[in-house]
Amino acid sequence: MLSTFKGGIHPDSNKSGTAASPIEKMPQSPYYIFPLTQHIGAPCTPLVSVGDHVCLGQKLADSESPLSAPIFSSVSGTVTAIEPRYTVSGYKTDSIVIENDFKDTVCNTFLPLPENKTFEEYTSEDIIDIARNAGLVGMGGAAFPTSFKLKCALDKQVDTVIFNGSECEPYITSDHRAMLEYPRFIFGGIKLILKCLHLDKAYIAIEDNKKDAIETMRSFVEGTKIEVKELKTKYPQGGEKQLIRSVLGYEIAPGKLPLDAGVVIFNIDTCAALYRAVYSKLPLTKRIVTVSGEMVTQRKNLLVRLGTPIADVINYCGGLKNGAKKIVIGGPMMGFAQHSLEVPIVKSSSAVLALEYDAKKYDSVSNNCIRCGKCIDACPMKLMPNIINLSLKNNAIEDYNEYNVSDCVECGSCAYVCPQRLHLVQAMKIAKEEAKRSVKKNG
Amino acid sequence: MDKIKNLFTVTSSPHIKAADDTRSIMLTVLFALIAPGIMSIVYYGLRPLIVILVSVASCVAFEALYCLLMKRKQTIGDFSAAVTGVLLAYVLPPSVPYWIPVIGALFAIIVVKMLFGGIGCNIVNPALAARAFLMSWPVIMTTFPKVFSKLSLGVLNAADVVTSPTVLTVLESGPKAAVLPSLLDMFIGEANGCIGETSSLFLLIGFFILVVRKVITWHIPVFYVGTVAVITFIFPMYGFSNLDFMLYNLLSGGLLLGAVFMATDYVTSPITRSGKIIYAVGCGLLTVFIRYFGSNPEGVCSAILIMNILAIFIDKITRPKRYGTGGGAVNVK
Repeated sequence: MLSTFKGGIHPDSNKSGTAASPIEKMPQSPYYIFPLTQHIGAPCTPLVSVGDHVCLGQKLADSESPLSAPIFSSVSGTVTAIEPRYTVSGYKTDSIVIENDFKDTVCNTFLPLPENKTFEEYTSEDIIDIARNAGLVGMGGAAFPTSFKLKCALDKQVDTVIFNGSECEPYITSDHRAMLEYPRFIFGGIKLILKCLHLDKAYIAIEDNKKDAIETMRSFVEGTKIEVKELKTKYPQGGEKQLIRSVLGYEIAPGKLPLDAGVVIFNIDTCAALYRAVYSKLPLTKRIVTVSGEMVTQRKNLLVRLGTPIADVINYCGGLKNGAKKIVIGGPMMGFAQHSLEVPIVKSSSAVLALEYDAKKYDSVSNNCIRCGKCIDACPMKLMPNIINLSLKNNAIEDYNEYNVSDCVECGSCAYVCPQRLHLVQAMKIAKEEAKRSVKKNG
Repeated sequence: MDKIKNLFTVTSSPHIKAADDTRSIMLTVLFALIAPGIMSIVYYGLRPLIVILVSVASCVAFEALYCLLMKRKQTIGDFSAAVTGVLLAYVLPPSVPYWIPVIGALFAIIVVKMLFGGIGCNIVNPALAARAFLMSWPVIMTTFPKVFSKLSLGVLNAADVVTSPTVLTVLESGPKAAVLPSLLDMFIGEANGCIGETSSLFLLIGFFILVVRKVITWHIPVFYVGTVAVITFIFPMYGFSNLDFMLYNLLSGGLLLGAVFMATDYVTSPITRSGKIIYAVGCGLLTVFIRYFGSNPEGVCSAILIMNILAIFIDKITRPKRYGTGGGAVNVK
């Protein structure tokens, strides 16, 4: 029996279009956009001004806050604007716009590494500093600053690390390709993280639809105390609470973080980025992006420089087909629909999807719940999404907390299965916000 | 780029949905209902088919009319009214006059369903509530023609119908005195009764279609029928052997029709897994009690209607245990 969690769904994986495509380097674009917030935590303040010349790998913005990550230029060129631009979330965020000079002048101020030390001699603080100075964040989508996570994990003396290569979202194959093409980088990053946390035991979790990646990673961990766990292919297997249930067999108590239970999770691409920073002495300036969906001409896995507008990414893949109705950054289950193609690729953008959107197929005849209970069976957090939706409709705010709306991870399983096509995730998001607000109001 | 800007749809995630929607689910239910209907045509001629068509047409028409008059969005497109129509016809005797399904549809759709808010809002199963209402015409509703008695399609006079008591009625006079159909005949379909009750075999096929297509889970039908089976096996009546009494009870009186198609109605059954089990066992107990102690030999309809009313209360006591508070949860310091 493969390890798994209760609930969840089995959407079409739609990964075959890109699972076998090697990662391609995307050519440079004329303009790059760097939003000052690409992570959870404090926004950065610009260190450059309009008209400045910047080089590849130069720090563009940073923050004093420990819960933040600096932002670096992925090209050399001139700062043409610092102004609000649309970002993945749909809002405008202050961004630095750089006109590319196509020279790729590299900074002479490399990423500061501890002097005269080999990898083996790095201390925990050294590794945390490297993660911070390289601007690393969780590359799986959450974009939590890696240095802060490492620091918390160290302070809390965690005893279990899970490296997440499950990649449960349909369409996305960026982690899959990374495991096949850069296993050395991933394994290097894993060793650094384990060294930082003074541990030698760990798990690498991969869904069983990526047998080749499982084999590759197994060959690397041979002779170590790292175990590759083959998980059942089921969405949302990669969600942290589900992953812990599947790999370790227990549930994290409500309102608690994995850290509270002595567990920390890193995306495998984050590991690769950490090792790459040490190896190439360059901060985080590119990432692997899967370009897929029925409505993109060619599906590809691309190595994209951060800041590239998605219009350029889509054009490089042959453009959109007629009838493309939805552009999503991230996976189809939790990603964000875009209204503009000027939005740039940021640290957490694992995919660009062009989807058809058949309104007829996605709209129901009526907005009533038919009480089929499918959302309850699908919810990996054991919630009753239909009841919370009803409470929202009736404005019964006191019921939101009664039905534990704060536990919702917004994975989308409920809305995926709903035969009435109710906008359950939307309802959960609103109810969560309102519940938070009412708690604040009532002290 | 500004030109194409507004062509993209922006919604909350998720951006993909499962293939099944209410319409496709209702079509699957209709598909699963075809076979039992065909058996009734084999046994009684075309009259039951006309009853079914009248019932479906009336249900759909009443819903359309209601939406039109109340200036509501038209909802007949989800096919739930059509399903109610078929189910209503299936709980009527094949010899009913054609105005009976029309009155039944009026009650089922207007009173039970639409006045409460339409699909998803009714408290009780519309088809069964309509059957209970139609019991106001007890003679019509309890006259069952003999199988293979070809019914004329026009106005039926009581004298024209070769009647035969139902198995459950015959059962009360014991194994020897009664002319009971063999169990095999009953399984395949030669048990007289309502239009949809004739063939246990085809009802079971319907059950498998619904389970395989994931329209329903097996819990309600299995626990419902299972409860009836256990009790009738332990407490046989009228001098029957344990096994015979159990099997006659399982194969007769619309138990399978009720367990597979009525008790599993989404709207009127509990939404949680454990709630469904409690509800199904309740249906089973009530069915048996009514059959044992009630003056009516049949108990399925009343049993399900009573449990329908209790469904939302069962939901309240069977809420899933909060994630991280059940067994195996981490006790965080």
